[in-house]
Amino acid sequence: MTVATTNGTAKRTAAANSRKVRFRIKRCDGPNKLVRWETFELTIAKGENVISCLQKIAANPVTTEGKRSTPVVWDCSCLEEVCGSCTMVINGQARQSCSALIDVIAPDDGDTVTLEPMSKFPVIRDLWVDRSRMFDALKRVKAWVPIDGTYDLGAGPRERPEEQAVRYALSECMTCGCCLEACPQFELAEDESEWDKSFIGAQALSQARLFNLHETGAQLKGDRLETLMGPDGVSECGNAQNCVKVCPKHIPLTESIAAVGRSTTIHAISKWFSGK
Amino acid sequence: MTQQQRVIVVGGGLAGLAGSARMAEAGLAVDLFSLVPVKRSHSVCAQGGINACNEVARQQGYSEYEHFDETIYGGDFLADQHPVLEMANWAPRIIDLLDRMGVPFNRTAEGYRDLRLFGGSLFKRTHFSGATTGQQLLYALDEQVRRLEADGAVTKYESWEFLRPILADGADGPRCVGIVAQDLRTMQIRAFRADAVVMATGGAGLVFGKSTNSVICTGAALARCYQAGAAYANPEMIQVHPTAVPGADKLRLMSESARGEGGRVWVPRKKGDSRPAREIPEAERLYFLEEKYPKYGNIVPRDIATREIFDICVNQHMGVDGGNQVYLDLTHKDPEYLTRKLGGIMDIYQKFVGVDPRHEPMKIFPGVHYSMGGLWTQYTAGSYAPSEPQPAHVSGTETACDAEIGRGMLPGAPNNMMTNIEGLYAFGEVNFAFHGANRLGANALLSCIFDGLFSGVGVANYIRDGAPSTAPAESIPQSVFDSAVGAESSRQKAITDTAIGGDHADETNPYIIAKEMGEEMTAGCTVVREEARLQKTLDRIAELRDRWSRMKLADGATWTNQSLSFARSVGDMLAVADAMASGAKARKESRGAHYRIDYPDRDDAKFMKTTFVTYDAGEGRARVEHREVRAELVAPRARTYGKVDKEEPAKAEAAAAGV
Ligand SMILES: Cc1cc2nc3c(=O)[nH]c(=O)nc-3n(C[C@H](O)[C@H](O)[C@H](O)COP(=O)(O)OP(=O)(O)OC[C@H]3O[C@@H](n4cnc5c(N)ncnc54)[C@H](O)[C@@H]3O)c2cc1C
Ligand code: SF4
Ligand code: SF4
Ligand code: FES
Repeated sequence: MTVATTNGTAKRTAAANSRKVRFRIKRCDGPNKLVRWETFELTIAKGENVISCLQKIAANPVTTEGKRSTPVVWDCSCLEEVCGSCTMVINGQARQSCSALIDVIAPDDGDTVTLEPMSKFPVIRDLWVDRSRMFDALKRVKAWVPIDGTYDLGAGPRERPEEQAVRYALSECMTCGCCLEACPQFELAEDESEWDKSFIGAQALSQARLFNLHETGAQLKGDRLETLMGPDGVSECGNAQNCVKVCPKHIPLTESIAAVGRSTTIHAISKWFSGK
Repeated sequence: MTQQQRVIVVGGGLAGLAGSARMAEAGLAVDLFSLVPVKRSHSVCAQGGINACNEVARQQGYSEYEHFDETIYGGDFLADQHPVLEMANWAPRIIDLLDRMGVPFNRTAEGYRDLRLFGGSLFKRTHFSGATTGQQLLYALDEQVRRLEADGAVTKYESWEFLRPILADGADGPRCVGIVAQDLRTMQIRAFRADAVVMATGGAGLVFGKSTNSVICTGAALARCYQAGAAYANPEMIQVHPTAVPGADKLRLMSESARGEGGRVWVPRKKGDSRPAREIPEAERLYFLEEKYPKYGNIVPRDIATREIFDICVNQHMGVDGGNQVYLDLTHKDPEYLTRKLGGIMDIYQKFVGVDPRHEPMKIFPGVHYSMGGLWTQYTAGSYAPSEPQPAHVSGTETACDAEIGRGMLPGAPNNMMTNIEGLYAFGEVNFAFHGANRLGANALLSCIFDGLFSGVGVANYIRDGAPSTAPAESIPQSVFDSAVGAESSRQKAITDTAIGGDHADETNPYIIAKEMGEEMTAGCTVVREEARLQKTLDRIAELRDRWSRMKLADGATWTNQSLSFARSVGDMLAVADAMASGAKARKESRGAHYRIDYPDRDDAKFMKTTFVTYDAGEGRARVEHREVRAELVAPRARTYGKVDKEEPAKAEAAAAGV
């Protein structure tokens, strides 16, 4: 049991499962600033996660060398792996820091946890990166159902439970970016003007499929496929399948990529036949 | 006029997004502000579902009217009744709209929307999308607003923090003409003009340190309006959810849908029984909710379930393993069914606790969850005016009024959900309008979307026909905006200056001050309250405010300074905490979520009243008044939920017969 802790060096009772873990954190004060590494040592209780450790560091930002530093900047909100905010590279792998339990990622006394910002997005400060490009991609693939406004016009289309199950699975994407971080084809693009010049990535492809599957959403299918036939589109995917392995929501990304690939081929052929 | 009329929406959860869509459709230019990309707003956490009368329930005897009656009864008769009636009448239309937007609601074999049971109702009237309903609704509205953004009708300011409303002199009192906000990356502080401002900033769970809320739910935005003169109503009404999983950084909710889908709450009958749950035979388990409330069983409303769990653990020391925890058991259900209906929360439990709740009962304890109170708002009553308040509605019998739009509130009235400051509105969890002293599960998502859709129209009418039609925000002198920016810049400088040198004692550390505030509020102002303890809480808050005024910041950066934003919020949260504890101390009765051991009964004569709190800037404290509740539609009755009290059957009977 812990007594009311006040900071990272809190006193503990019954220290049976208390132990020390080091956090090596890649820090950077802002765009074009030098990168540095800092190490903090914390006493860990059962059930802690990376967020609770970053909170303790914020309250008492003193490094292992005894140097007073500043609280680490990072992004988080829900703390239950549903908002996607807190994604960072933990021990080499992109994942959510709220669901990264210390008991699992650093089980032993003296273990080290390494925290870095995602590398495929521009760093704002420390572990906080700018993922605007992912939201922009949703605009580019028109990831919405084009309804006739918010008036009362009765129910939407009826749907079989199996169809709902497919759409629901795709619709759980929390725009976290793990699939993009892991993808060998997806590149860092600092500048907005570069965003449509390289591979758009599995997240947006899968969302395009989601809306193509909806009866009303399918009205924009042609537009979506046109976009995804461009130089940043589905043909850029090298089929490395890293994306699907790292997606925390287990979204069937390779199925989505294959489905969109088929649709674009059909779309291209029918365009060719109709001479448009 | 050449200039397009503008509205600012602060907050991009369900309420802010629904409002943005509706107001953009009405032709207003919408500027939408949010701390996080709106798709990551706290609404994403909602799990269980959204209530509405539906055809199946209707044919079993349910109605919009009964939904209304249930909500009033669930809120222990503290809510003004007209807005609740209008919300219940709109509910089925809102579900239809979400359905058209493509929300993947769970389906029956025949392809209709599936329904589940939720607290405080005997009818299945909760629509859901697995156990991540809030996420699915938020995404649907986010997609519609992205579409409007692509069309140029909505401009988003994400990673911007609202710092204060800007007030100018209006015809009668101050009028809101814009906001001051800060870019959390560049730290630029700027004024934005608008003909009206809608606050949709959600709840204030972080005031209690750990809660089921997202970490951005600080209540600071509410506090900034309150300290600028907006009234704060029923701040003491804080919902503590019965079933959360305690964690190092937050309390993770196990949705009421777990009980709606058959989950049973129990402890071993024998105190200190240390056998694993599965080895304890049925007869040796105490299903205390089912025994006490045979009619509703595990789906009694939250305040009741919370107090019973608290009583079992804290007073009777019968918690599992002697600790503050009871079992929430779903292991009698088919694991495949659980994955389909409750996958989202099954995963959360498994991920964060490391145990599969399909095979082992979960261990849970109550946690702070929802703010029924919030910014005080007005409305114009609708056409339904019974000659006298009606008695309890009996399912299946004729309803006292039909579900026509406009029965409860007048559609399009400019004052619908306007605060006491002209031009400043409050939508969603940040207002106090619908849930009285206790919110029924799955009614929050409804009230948020209802506010946006219904009251968004009133905002557009206010801008078109009210003060902004003759004196648009564009015509207000620049000096008004400059001085508001100046005030925020000085407030910021006063805080960042403390980062230079200085000691680093806990005494003046904003993170420690916030932690102590959370611990104090949880201990003194949650499940059980009492005069002397509340006074101690108020004293502690005063002490923490003093310490905050001497606070030392650990980071003086001029770029992306999260510590500054946090520390500034802590000061505002202390103002909220003071209002909550002051409201609780002034309410000398027990009602809904507010339970006073020194005044255990409801006292309608003295306290069927809204707590109306204004900020006394001189004293820096809450000033508490009480105002009449508008209860012309349903007569108050005892709220027993058919409780069988072994010790006091006579008392419950008498209470049920009428207060
Ligand atoms: C775990 C959990 C489960 C729930 N499940 C259900 C359920 O099943 N059914 C149900 O009906 N209800 C449920 N609720 C309640 C419901 O989720 C909330 O009441 C609702 O989502 C609130 O929505 P909102 O739009 O008012 O605010 P929020 O979604 O909280 O959004 C607030 C917005 O304001 C912004 N904001 C806040 N402060 C500032 C600032 N200073 N400057 C700029 N922007 C700011 C935020 O960035 C955000 O965009 C649940 C709540 C929790 C905690
Ligand atoms: S399968 Fe395609 S999208 Fe996925 S990681 Fe490989 S290249 Fe990237
Ligand atoms: S597809 Fe998966 S990994 Fe990619 S952004 Fe969505 S949730 Fe994250
Ligand atoms: S904080 Fe939302 S996913 Fe981790």
